[in-house]
Amino acid sequence: MFDLQGFGPTLLVGAWMTIQVALTAAFFGVLLGLGVALMKLSTSRIARLLGDIYTTVLRGVPILVVILLFYFGAISAVNALADSLGHGDFIDINAFVAGTAALALAFGAYATEVFRGAFQAIPKGQIEAARALGMSRFTAFRRVSLPQVWRLALPGLGNIFLVILKETALVSVIGLEELMRKTEFAVGFTRQPFTFFLFAACLYLAMTIVTMIALQWLERRANRGIAGGAGA
Amino acid sequence: MSAQTPVSVQDLHKSFGALEVLKGISMTADKGDVVSIIGASGSGKSTFLRCINLLETYDSGEIRIYGERLNVRPGGKVDNRQADRIRRRVGMVFQNFNLWSHRTVLQNLTEAPIHVLGLPRKEAEERAEALLEKVGIRDKRHSYPSHLSGGQQQRAAIARALAMEPDVLLFDEPTSALDPELVGEVLRVMRALAEEDRTMIIVTHEMRFAREVSSKALYFHQGRIEEEGPPSQVFDAPLSDRCRQFVSQSFDT
Repeated sequence: MFDLQGFGPTLLVGAWMTIQVALTAAFFGVLLGLGVALMKLSTSRIARLLGDIYTTVLRGVPILVVILLFYFGAISAVNALADSLGHGDFIDINAFVAGTAALALAFGAYATEVFRGAFQAIPKGQIEAARALGMSRFTAFRRVSLPQVWRLALPGLGNIFLVILKETALVSVIGLEELMRKTEFAVGFTRQPFTFFLFAACLYLAMTIVTMIALQWLERRANRGIAGGAGA
Repeated sequence: MSAQTPVSVQDLHKSFGALEVLKGISMTADKGDVVSIIGASGSGKSTFLRCINLLETYDSGEIRIYGERLNVRPGGKVDNRQADRIRRRVGMVFQNFNLWSHRTVLQNLTEAPIHVLGLPRKEAEERAEALLEKVGIRDKRHSYPSHLSGGQQQRAAIARALAMEPDVLLFDEPTSALDPELVGEVLRVMRALAEEDRTMIIVTHEMRFAREVSSKALYFHQGRIEEEGPPSQVFDAPLSDRCRQFVSQSFDT
């Protein structure tokens, strides 16, 4: 079907890099989203304000721009610091770290809103019952809210993951050799853009389909014991 | 008030903004008392009940639980440590059960004993099983709340409150969210508790039940206690016209 002219293995290596970027960004993005959601729901005005600034900026600026800002910003900062320490040589920045950090920040901003909604969807009466039994606010949070928030947030988090998985293609602009970058190499070498972009499209599709199946499994697991399965 | 008196309330006032919902409530519940509170919706009876375990704050007056005065600072701030301590002694049953949907019935009962009282799991489970037996749903112990009928959920919620071995039990319209045919099973459990000489305060619309089990009844009207006395007085020969009207209407329906 595809004549990859020997580029097959290198494209698969690129796809593996794409998966690593997406999973790492998702991991830190979920932690970030959970933390900022708690800030936004807290009684502290400063925490709420910081949370608002974060989600407004990160959702308001294109992810591509965030990636470039991160990459070049980090390069300038590191080299300025090196210069001031008398280190004259140019230092490059790890594209994986810069790109993944930018994606994690974006993931976190969207995840914040998902978690916020999930916390608010937990019936207030369940928390009140915990308090009425003598649980402290923290214990009620840990034993009643937190275990339920995962189930409620899962569909939303899955959506964000699918988006971020595809946005990893943007990290190719800073030179990270993920699937998109590898594909462009192959196109440049073989002059067969359609073949290789179509192959890349198939690989992305395969990754998202596997993701969707995994998400369905996770959702079924999280909904054990809840009447009517999903949603209820 | 003596340290033996489970609940004593003096001149309690509370407003929600401009709306004054409690206009000077005073009452006591002695050990073994079953106090029922009746009245139209909006008369302040649920708010009053929620003040007793500090789920709601109040503006002035005082509440003492076994002689300990509840601290509510101006601005409606609750002393959280005191509240946690008081709530271990004062159990509450809610209109909407409020069972935790992610835990089985048994786990609903063991959660607070383990994480608040520090009971070993085995002991908490034994206590829970005995209580489920008592309320008649031991066979449901491994079910999740959503698989139970409303009546079974409320019996589980009562057992959950009992698992803390509280000295006082508050019931906030425990049968109001139930289908009529499920009310009886919950009232039977409550009646059994009343006969054990537990101190209970019950906000309810079940007039017949209240008349039979209470040692004392209060009729709330617009944030005041309009009528109080033994159930024979409040339900059968009230001094206040309003109370007489309310009671006769309630018995008709």
